[in-house]
Amino acid sequence: MAVSSTNPNPILVGMVEFIEHLRFNGFGLGVLDTRQALNSIVDTQGNLTTDRNCLKILLTKTHEEWLKFDDLFEAYWFQRGKVKPKLQQASQKSLRDKSSKKLSKPWQDHLEGKQGKAERDTPQIEANEKQDLDGQAPGRLIAADKSSLMKTDFRQFVDPEEIVEAEQLAYQLASAIRNRKSRRYISQKRGQKIDLRRTIRGNLKHGGEMIDLHMKTAPERPVRIVALLDVSGSMKHYSRFFLQFVKGLVCSWMESDAYLFHTKLVRITDAIRNKNSLRAMTQLSLLSHGFGGGTKIGESLAVFNEHYAKQAVNNRTVVIILSDGYDIGAPEQMALELQRLKRKKCRIIWLNPLLGWRSYEPVTAAMKASLPHIDHFFAANTAASLAKIEPYLAKL
Amino acid sequence: MNELADLQGKLEKENYVADENLAIALKLSLDLKRPLLLEGEAGVGKTEIAKILAAILDTTLIRLQCYEGLDAASSIYEWNYQKQLLSIKASEKFSTNVEDIENHIFSKQFLLERPLLQAISQDRPPVLLIDEIDRADMEFEAYLLEILSDFQVTIPELGTVKAKSIPYVILTSNGTRELSDALRRRCLYYYVDFPTQEQELQIILAKMPNIERDMALQIVKFVKALREENIDKIPGIAETLDWAAALCSLNITDLQDDLAKIQSSLICLLKTEVDLRSIQVEVTSRLIGKAV
Repeated sequence: MAVSSTNPNPILVGMVEFIEHLRFNGFGLGVLDTRQALNSIVDTQGNLTTDRNCLKILLTKTHEEWLKFDDLFEAYWFQRGKVKPKLQQASQKSLRDKSSKKLSKPWQDHLEGKQGKAERDTPQIEANEKQDLDGQAPGRLIAADKSSLMKTDFRQFVDPEEIVEAEQLAYQLASAIRNRKSRRYISQKRGQKIDLRRTIRGNLKHGGEMIDLHMKTAPERPVRIVALLDVSGSMKHYSRFFLQFVKGLVCSWMESDAYLFHTKLVRITDAIRNKNSLRAMTQLSLLSHGFGGGTKIGESLAVFNEHYAKQAVNNRTVVIILSDGYDIGAPEQMALELQRLKRKKCRIIWLNPLLGWRSYEPVTAAMKASLPHIDHFFAANTAASLAKIEPYLAKL
Repeated sequence: MNELADLQGKLEKENYVADENLAIALKLSLDLKRPLLLEGEAGVGKTEIAKILAAILDTTLIRLQCYEGLDAASSIYEWNYQKQLLSIKASEKFSTNVEDIENHIFSKQFLLERPLLQAISQDRPPVLLIDEIDRADMEFEAYLLEILSDFQVTIPELGTVKAKSIPYVILTSNGTRELSDALRRRCLYYYVDFPTQEQELQIILAKMPNIERDMALQIVKFVKALREENIDKIPGIAETLDWAAALCSLNITDLQDDLAKIQSSLICLLKTEVDLRSIQVEVTSRLIGKAV
């Protein structure tokens, strides 16, 4: 039976609305899918399970959609599992947060970084700086064993000038990393290989004598950069600067991906790639429950390996981890996860802000365990120190 | 829905244990003439589906194994340069004109057909299996899109080769790389999951008629428990079958028989050094406890 528009069959109308409902939930469906879906349910003559499976095969395109489909089907046809307007409420709430100027106490350290430029670029070590350097200050650099449940307002991080500067720095560093050769060949005058097809055709005019050689070469492909940023309590003095660096990286380098981690790991690429910086940071605030608490690097890396690494990491990838290595998880797990990541044939760079300190040695158990799996270990506490690593990246 | 039952019957006849969903997916793909994208963990029998489909339709299977760096020359067509050069040399004596030589050496007899061109130049529609598409790179996907939508190949020297028959296309992916949306949109999607305990039991019994049912059940339960352990490379159906065959050849009829032998036979199931080290004798005996 063909579908005709003159006959408004209630099931067909429902189907069109159902497909609309799927599109609203992020399914990318075209007209062809709709038409074939309509025809397929007409064919099955009213067997519900078969109908559902038919539609599932026709209308899903990825594994996530495959897993989501049954719920969406139930929600639409049986009104089960209503969609909660939770997200919208939350975003409204964060907008309200913006108007209240006073920050809650735990965030004052993190976010009152709006003084002078010179101070902003360096980590803001306050009154107990000397004691810290002597290793006597209590607690500050010891990884906190709790995840903070507060929300952080990243909008404080937005300063157009700084972003531009961070973008430039990030772009410089990214382009310093040498590109990889493609596996495809394109014709080029000074290539490395003879392009036989063009050579044979081109030399037929000489009666087949190979006089002019046409060459081909493998062009370069850009590297992909994945940044993993530690935003735990021990990193709070650097997170402002690093976040700008990561935003700069993601905005200026097309093939890049960014994640935040503390006790959990969240992907922030889409959030910070948003052109509207304020909106980007609002989204980031929503994503960042637990910002400023303890660090579980091993567990976060495990989540990354399990869910994201398959797509985000390949042999053209450079993974940049920005962390001080103070970890409350098991050091063995961290080493194991780094090893797993390394198996994807990527290169791992660890940028540690503490390495900039004169007497710092990577002595924490986690740092020690992971050193063998890291390709490069650099200091990164100021923009200047980041700029300094450029020549090393060029050698990668 | 007789056709569906019919297809399922044919699958069973080929000793392939499939649930109704897979039969629906195959039927839709055949009816709508759209490529079927099968995704799932390694070793769940994705490639097998294409082979079975070719057997059911009684047609040839043309397979394109993807790898990083796969290009048009090794997937669509390539000119046979050596033969062309020889032919030019050979024709020098007769001094034919340039145009004749050109027409001669760029004719069909100098063309090396690779799987994609082969698939569209068959008289009878074949099954085209594009295996592990996620291993090929994005650039290759672009070639593929062109062929999958138009079923024609343009060769500059020869012109456009139109499909004699439209092949049934099956693509498989292990999900090591995200495929492009454009490719996904053209395909029907089916996620091949690990089989249920009941299905896996049927598979073993179908493939190994000599095995005892109790033993097969123990094997299936053991493998199921093993999949829940924290291991790197989860054993697929092929591994289960290998292990069952190994146990049979070791004359083990009960998993409680000989722990040492079973431990050493685990090399059939565990494929990395880390996994082998993490599943020690104690773990094995615990898993056997669950299975018996």
